[in-house]
Amino acid sequence: MTTDNHSHANVLIPEVGLRVKALESLLAEKKAIDPAALDLIIETFETQMGPKNGAKVVAKAWTDPKYRSWLLEDGTAAIKSLGYIGVQGENMVALENTPTVHNVVVCTLCSCYPWPTLGLPPIWFKSAPYRARVVIEPRSVLKEFGLDVPDDVEVRVWDSTAELRYLVLPMRPSGTENLTEQELAALVTRDSMIGTGVAQSPSH
Amino acid sequence: MNGIHDVGGKHGFGPVLVEQNEPYFHEEWEGRMLSMMIACFAAGIYNVDQFRHPIEKMDPRHYLMSSYYEKWLCTVEQNCIDAGIVTRAEVDARHAQLMEGKAA
Repeated sequence: MTTDNHSHANVLIPEVGLRVKALESLLAEKKAIDPAALDLIIETFETQMGPKNGAKVVAKAWTDPKYRSWLLEDGTAAIKSLGYIGVQGENMVALENTPTVHNVVVCTLCSCYPWPTLGLPPIWFKSAPYRARVVIEPRSVLKEFGLDVPDDVEVRVWDSTAELRYLVLPMRPSGTENLTEQELAALVTRDSMIGTGVAQSPSH
Repeated sequence: MNGIHDVGGKHGFGPVLVEQNEPYFHEEWEGRMLSMMIACFAAGIYNVDQFRHPIEKMDPRHYLMSSYYEKWLCTVEQNCIDAGIVTRAEVDARHAQLMEGKAA
């Protein structure tokens, strides 16, 4: 075990947080970046980005058929119309889940993820096991997420690129006919928009 | 290039491990790294392809064991060196200085 730890220490950057600090302080001294701008970027991520944005897109698509068509036809424009645009969300494609098709998204080469609509990706999305396995055994991976896709439902796996990002439009749960758009948005989980989950039912 | 980053379809990585209620950042430096990555991108120090290239050239052992934010440090540092903004020696020296300060 000691040997193992020793080899890990050799591979990883020692005191990585201090190296980040070292680089930041040098870039600030050389006026390449403004530390105050860095604070603002972190705050923006913590307060304005995240799956609640994507959930609003989905809830609107569930309640407004015209918006739904637009979203499926031109995801970038339809999502932009709600204000969710920016780095890592420049080109968006919405994938419609139906009773016969279930979509799931990965980035096998990297960790490309639609930041404006979903925020920062969870660690599992960036991990080698997810990226390696979901493209060859999606049903097994989905089962581990508690999602048992019936055999007669086709599973489509979408591999993101540096320029193109996907948002899964999950199916609207039954028993939600009387809910408002806001109440519907609360049922839309992050995983349902990646495709490793489905929207929650109202009784959940 | 088909380096270690090209993991799609490879066997042997084990189960997908999901952390419940995962925080946005596990350590403060991860947030600094994220914002530095975006600020340098906005400043035009690299484009998307230039950003990805040093990650894809990482030592395979380092690639597989490091967090994404550590990978970002590798590429932002390399790109800033390539752009002539800092030198490796400067970063090494400042890093060593900060580590000494912590140890003292």
